[in-house]
Amino acid sequence: MEFTVRACSGHGRVGSLRLASGLEFETPSLLMITRRGLPVVIPPEMLMDLHPDSRACQFTPMHFLEDPLAAVVAKAGGVHKLASLTGFAMVAVARDSLGNEIAGEEASNLGASFETSSGRRIVGLEKYMEVVNACKPDLWVSLPDEVPHWVPEKRNRESVDHTSQWLDHCLSLQHAEHGNRCLGVVVGAGSLEERARSAEQAATRNVAGFSLAGFGLGEDVAQRGFHLEVAIAKLPNDKLRHVCGLGSPEEVLQAVGAGIDLLDSTYPYMLTKECLAMTFPLKMEVPLRNADRDMQPTPDHGVASGFSLAKVNLRSATYGGGRIDETPLVTGCKCYTCKRHTKVYINQLLNSNETLAQTLLEIHNTYHYLEFFKAIRESIKADKFHEFRTWFTSQRQELGVLSLGNIPRVVSCN
Amino acid sequence: MNWPRALLTDSGGFQMVSLLHLADITEEGVTFQSPVDGKPMLLTPEDSIQIQNKIGADIIMALDDVVKTTTTGPRVEEAMYRTLRWIDRCIAAHSRPHEQNLFGIVQGGLDPQLRDICLEGLVARNLPGYAIGGLAGGEGKDAFWRVVAQCTAGLPEDKPRYVMGIGFPLDIVVCTALGADMYDCVYPTRTARFGSALVSEGVLRLTHAAMATDYRPLDSSCTCMVCKRYTRAYLHTLVTKEAMGSQLVSYHNISHMMQLSRNLHSSILEGRFPEFVQSFLQKQFPKGDVPDWVCNAMDVAGIDISMCRIPQSA
Repeated sequence: MEFTVRACSGHGRVGSLRLASGLEFETPSLLMITRRGLPVVIPPEMLMDLHPDSRACQFTPMHFLEDPLAAVVAKAGGVHKLASLTGFAMVAVARDSLGNEIAGEEASNLGASFETSSGRRIVGLEKYMEVVNACKPDLWVSLPDEVPHWVPEKRNRESVDHTSQWLDHCLSLQHAEHGNRCLGVVVGAGSLEERARSAEQAATRNVAGFSLAGFGLGEDVAQRGFHLEVAIAKLPNDKLRHVCGLGSPEEVLQAVGAGIDLLDSTYPYMLTKECLAMTFPLKMEVPLRNADRDMQPTPDHGVASGFSLAKVNLRSATYGGGRIDETPLVTGCKCYTCKRHTKVYINQLLNSNETLAQTLLEIHNTYHYLEFFKAIRESIKADKFHEFRTWFTSQRQELGVLSLGNIPRVVSCN
Repeated sequence: MNWPRALLTDSGGFQMVSLLHLADITEEGVTFQSPVDGKPMLLTPEDSIQIQNKIGADIIMALDDVVKTTTTGPRVEEAMYRTLRWIDRCIAAHSRPHEQNLFGIVQGGLDPQLRDICLEGLVARNLPGYAIGGLAGGEGKDAFWRVVAQCTAGLPEDKPRYVMGIGFPLDIVVCTALGADMYDCVYPTRTARFGSALVSEGVLRLTHAAMATDYRPLDSSCTCMVCKRYTRAYLHTLVTKEAMGSQLVSYHNISHMMQLSRNLHSSILEGRFPEFVQSFLQKQFPKGDVPDWVCNAMDVAGIDISMCRIPQSA
């Protein structure tokens, strides 16, 4: 595996990552979410052509802990072969972003607490590495003792100690023939000193990169920024940095701005579940008023004029009743959905409870998010990342849902 | 839909049977109680055809008065005669006869005399195609195939025959042997959602514990994307747990039915249809326990399947 930093803009950087399999791609990169090895709703045979950058996936070893799936993945010879995703990067991230949140309280010297299909259980090191080795991921995160920022000091210190010990233990159990693929975890959520200590310890280990944990757990945004900065300052520049738990556009920008290279995000899927399509503009040159829009917001929709569409609610009755919107979700978008279908058709599918609606939405939302990551990389290469971030966050609003129905809906960006 | 291939729309008539407790059928049409808001909705033959004209499918279905095959008494006769009166209203209301093909639907329950009257009446209207309706309910298989045989014998040779609501592979093979051409059914995708895959030997229940260690593809003779990529063992871990499991098994099941259609079609064209039927039955009934109704139907169809059947008493 080779990782090379190619360009910088502030602390943000573009890198090229070449995996042992030969697959090469640019960072910062989005890892698409999978469950039991496969995308949640996108047909697997469509994944390759979804977008030029749709090559990297996240998976959770916790899904593969128990039989029969544990035996099945081992027999298949790894998760790539199991899910027929050879040619993709499969990155093992312990935290299940679609599943339950970290409880944080339970852990022992033997392992950390995770939600599995048979309930919450302690996952020990041997078991974790058995699953990691059976899955043969391109990159994998060491077993974390991840805690939220509000735990007592003692527990936080303990999590740093555990995580460091477990990193060493995981490294001792990794399969030598798979090479150096470990992302050493950095914790320390409650305290900047502990965060620095965790990063210092991880930095001395022989790892391919690092995974920053303990984020996306309700922490204050400014505090998060300090934690990212403090941790990354202790990490070598030439190794990969991943963060889990951060996925919204603002979180991505904050993480990339601090120097993160890889993120797994459920943001596209969260929108899909709410029947929302991602529509935010990607180019700084496009004016704030969405030029594609042929609908003018009216006062009873409660939207100020000049508002830029960030998301479109496809469930709105307006589609069936009043306006028939035969434009694609985003005019000019080259995704499978936008090349073929219209907003009114997706609205019809949603009203008929057809699962095709989710498939079409998820394809678009994933494509749009991959375009967002591409725009980020372009801005770094042009040394304009700060401008891009400022522009993007100023044109987005937290109450950023244009509801075309009677009840405005507020969607949190986590 | 951006669907560049053929489309067929149903009339809404089937709802009469499946939502019967909500329906009041009169000469005018069918009154439903809307399941959404409880208000009465009337669907007349004219309404049905108008809506189907707007949707624009290549084949549209007449609104018929459908009764369950288990119904007995004068209601069956009433429904058959009303179907004939309604076909005239459908023909009159059809505003796009040169673009959309209106199929009539043969009714009459399980009564051969009623079916005959309906057949005669519909054939006289010289429609582009005909459906055999009112089956796929609770009737026994022996009654079912006899009605299909009677109808295919009474319908024109040069027009499509569409048996509505049929989807079990065995039923399709039998009906094809009896002279039918088209079928529709929710069965392949519905059974997929319950974790069952359609294979040459019959139905594979992926939820069964034995599947957990079965590393073969669903069907060894299937070339679909799912069979090329995934094992029974992996699919076993997905079905009933992930939507993707339903998606993948549905994909295979539809592919399986498409392959069955292609096999029926090409075996007939190539003059080896009896051999195909024999091979199909041998795979489905390796012990030779082909049901009586299938044997009787194949007898009438003129297909020799004696080699597929081992008498059970022997």
